[in-house]
Amino acid sequence: MSSIDLTWVIGGPQGGGVETAANIFAGACAASGLKIFGKREYYSNIKGEHSYFGVRVSDKTIRSNVNGVTMLAAFDAETIFRHADDVFNDGAIVYESDLVPMKIEEVPTLDHDFKKRLVKYLTSKNKSLTIQGTLDAAKERGVHLYPVSFKTILSNLADETQNPKLRGMFRMLNVLAVSVSLGILSLPSDTLLKSVESIFSKKSQIAEMNKHAANYAYNFATAKYPKYKYQLSPIQKEPDTIMLQGFQSTGLGKIVSGCRFQSYYPITPASDESVFMESNETFDVENNRPGSTMIVQTEDEISAIGMTIGAALTGTRAATCTSGPGFSLMSEALGWAGINEVPIVVTLYQRSGPSTGLPTRHGQDDLQSAIHAGHGDFPRIVYASGDMEEGFYDTAKCFNFAETFQMPVIHLMDKFIASTVATVKRFDPKKITIERGKLLEKIESEDYKRFASSPDGLSSRSRLGLEKGIFWNTGDESDEYGHISEDPENRIFKMDKRATKLEFALKTISKEDQATNYGVSEFCIISWGSTKGPILDAIDMLKKEGFAIGFIQIKLLQPFPTDYIKSLIKGSKTIIDIEANHTAQLGSLLNEHLDQKVDYYIVKYTGRSMTCTEIYDSLKKILQNKAEKRQVLTYGV
Amino acid sequence: MVSNLSDYKTEVHNDWCPGCGDFGIVNAIQMALAEMEVPRDKAAIFSGVGCSGKTSHFVNVYGIHTLHGRVMTFAQGAKLANPEMTIIAAGGDGDGLGIGAGHFVAAGRRNVDMTYIIFNNGVYGLTKGQASPTLKLGLKTKSLPEPNVNQAVNPIALAIASGFTFVARGYAYDVRQLKDLIIAAVKHRGLAFLDVLQPCPTYNDINTRDWFSGMDNINEMTKKPQPRIYKLEDTNYDPIVHIDSQEEENEKLTQALIKSNEWGEKIPTGIFYQNELIAPYDQRIADRIPNYLENPPSVQEITSNGKPITDISRMLDSLQI
Repeated sequence: MSSIDLTWVIGGPQGGGVETAANIFAGACAASGLKIFGKREYYSNIKGEHSYFGVRVSDKTIRSNVNGVTMLAAFDAETIFRHADDVFNDGAIVYESDLVPMKIEEVPTLDHDFKKRLVKYLTSKNKSLTIQGTLDAAKERGVHLYPVSFKTILSNLADETQNPKLRGMFRMLNVLAVSVSLGILSLPSDTLLKSVESIFSKKSQIAEMNKHAANYAYNFATAKYPKYKYQLSPIQKEPDTIMLQGFQSTGLGKIVSGCRFQSYYPITPASDESVFMESNETFDVENNRPGSTMIVQTEDEISAIGMTIGAALTGTRAATCTSGPGFSLMSEALGWAGINEVPIVVTLYQRSGPSTGLPTRHGQDDLQSAIHAGHGDFPRIVYASGDMEEGFYDTAKCFNFAETFQMPVIHLMDKFIASTVATVKRFDPKKITIERGKLLEKIESEDYKRFASSPDGLSSRSRLGLEKGIFWNTGDESDEYGHISEDPENRIFKMDKRATKLEFALKTISKEDQATNYGVSEFCIISWGSTKGPILDAIDMLKKEGFAIGFIQIKLLQPFPTDYIKSLIKGSKTIIDIEANHTAQLGSLLNEHLDQKVDYYIVKYTGRSMTCTEIYDSLKKILQNKAEKRQVLTYGV
Repeated sequence: MVSNLSDYKTEVHNDWCPGCGDFGIVNAIQMALAEMEVPRDKAAIFSGVGCSGKTSHFVNVYGIHTLHGRVMTFAQGAKLANPEMTIIAAGGDGDGLGIGAGHFVAAGRRNVDMTYIIFNNGVYGLTKGQASPTLKLGLKTKSLPEPNVNQAVNPIALAIASGFTFVARGYAYDVRQLKDLIIAAVKHRGLAFLDVLQPCPTYNDINTRDWFSGMDNINEMTKKPQPRIYKLEDTNYDPIVHIDSQEEENEKLTQALIKSNEWGEKIPTGIFYQNELIAPYDQRIADRIPNYLENPPSVQEITSNGKPITDISRMLDSLQI
């Protein structure tokens, strides 16, 4: 059996059911044992703008998207205009045949810049400025065209089931497009039908109707079309596989590691996590009463972090979750948590800035912001996860860091991870530990001091409501009890105490938790966060060609693990920094902390995540000594 | 356990200006806690930033001196996580009605079972006397270069419109009445707001103690000053919403709004509005999470021998392929 690795893309107007279709496709493939890596792209819009979902399917482990599309499914003109050129020469386009005469100017949602590029492209190919012209250009390259009258299928279905309402149910076009696609790709229909059923599991009548439609369209395709070059077939399913979206990973991590309070203000893409947690607000607890996490939607992000701090003061594990603009609002309170040594976790799902930026698009724009947010010097930990599995396990670590070192922890995630759908190994709560540091259960002394001096800078931590544990907090500098003090010697004591904790944290956090070393060689990539997947896939592609490239993924970004990284890169001659922002924010940290300077930068700031293909291409240029010092990646619609 | 007033006092040096109205408020808070015999470790004072922000350091219970304008956010988070605590938030008028006005309104919508006291003196004292949101239009207190160009916000009306279910006003120099109002506010099931008129002897040379006492308005017959402050409880004013009807609520809301607009010759103190028929936030949560009140966030067990005990298998099962 030949190996499977293809990318199926479905596009359509936002709110038109694109996501449902993609979930059906991904669900059917995953149920067949195949590995999934899917990515959702959408505008900052509720209805009408173009959104699309690309699902990469393989029989081997995949951790990223590739450049290009194997099969494009389109039931609106914009999807064809925007993606046709991205379909591989031996790829396919399944499309609504009614669309063929549509002209570019008939699609109001095509923006000016894109239209200009499209017109230029079609004119250069001597094609008409229509869907027909676009498809002709694709066909000329070898792309297989599958014109389907989805509307006819819908009306046939309506006649057959004597349900005239069906004729106007355009939302069902999605299901038809998936089903025709899977028919052409020859995935057995039972997995398709099961997937449809599970997507609509809450509405049995709608599930039945969609199953019937799916079956009809699937049979239509298998009867009509000859065998296509790319085929999907079931393989041995790996046990304990789950399929989820990135934001669920940190949500699950929070629930299992004992986060019992989260306050948030709605923001893309962070709030999906809070909504997911609220949908799962109650749960069972081993040998104990049922537990719950309180999720509070606040009036703004200032309130969100204020409430988080208030809850944390009661000894509750508390967190908030936000994106760049919200995090900016939180910075004053972050300093308050710093000076008062309050353990909180801020999950920061980054997106493209500055300001509102590209609100629904990806970016690793906030590393420096996470490290520096807030005025004055105070300790904090900044920790970055590379994918959804890390998102789950690292969430637990972040709470341990917060409570052990008594400081705010900023957990960096991003839009790429948030909107990725992938099959991963089922999370194992047994791998998680819970460390609560010097949190007190009981106090004997009659003279409790919240900020008592200690060699590691860490004092015993009382909590609101604990007998004999009364303490004071203030945003002013304070003495050991927490009362305001402007005494210069006390100031030195308290500043040094807080700084000592950070040194202690760096000494205590294990090397494995500081950074992941995927092997070091003469050429060594240093990166952070969600570039992990595409980098690993690109390295594998190069390995097959006999090239060895090292990779260090830094997870602990503040305090910076200088000694460990220095020791790892000793044998490397060429350092390559890869990250999804304009200024190479990690690059600045590397140049600041390491003796070796960064030799090459690979950056991307289009708002679209990196693919393994473009990383592979740019690494190869470096290996062949043909690369500029700074390469800017641009792939993606 | 009989509580002594002295138990609720800290030894921290109080650096408010001599004659400051804040002293009366902190005394009233300490007296109220002592009279209610709230165990010291079951009470917390949250405060904002400014002169009133120091209040939490003078009361010998948990004391959290937060950020400018943000006191309610911290206080609500703590109360929701540990509903057993008696929580009093305290802050200035600039803190709560200027920089923190959004939180003030949002807090009213939640109706968390706690008390919020605003120290209302019309000026930003600690930054040397700028106009606060409650200073009346056209007034020129002594450190203002020009008269105030903004309309004053009406704290009582704003609290009512925002959904606070207990709205009252006290006077910093009537400590006994203030103590009683704090006790009523703490005992109220829901969010209580207490607007305390608190003359700033240093920067507000208009709304002074003498002004409130009517020293500028001597009765020609009796030759005695005619105090501006009077008590609603001395009139036949009934602030309470007794029955769950729109008509009753409209009547009580309207009379409270009209009363709140009374200023100048006569200034009412006491309870303007009280409605315990609206469910407090904890009750709304308990309707969704049945054991919330007996097993709130702060008391939940999350670990045994360093391992998690939360069972997420059902959530993972739903994602299983």
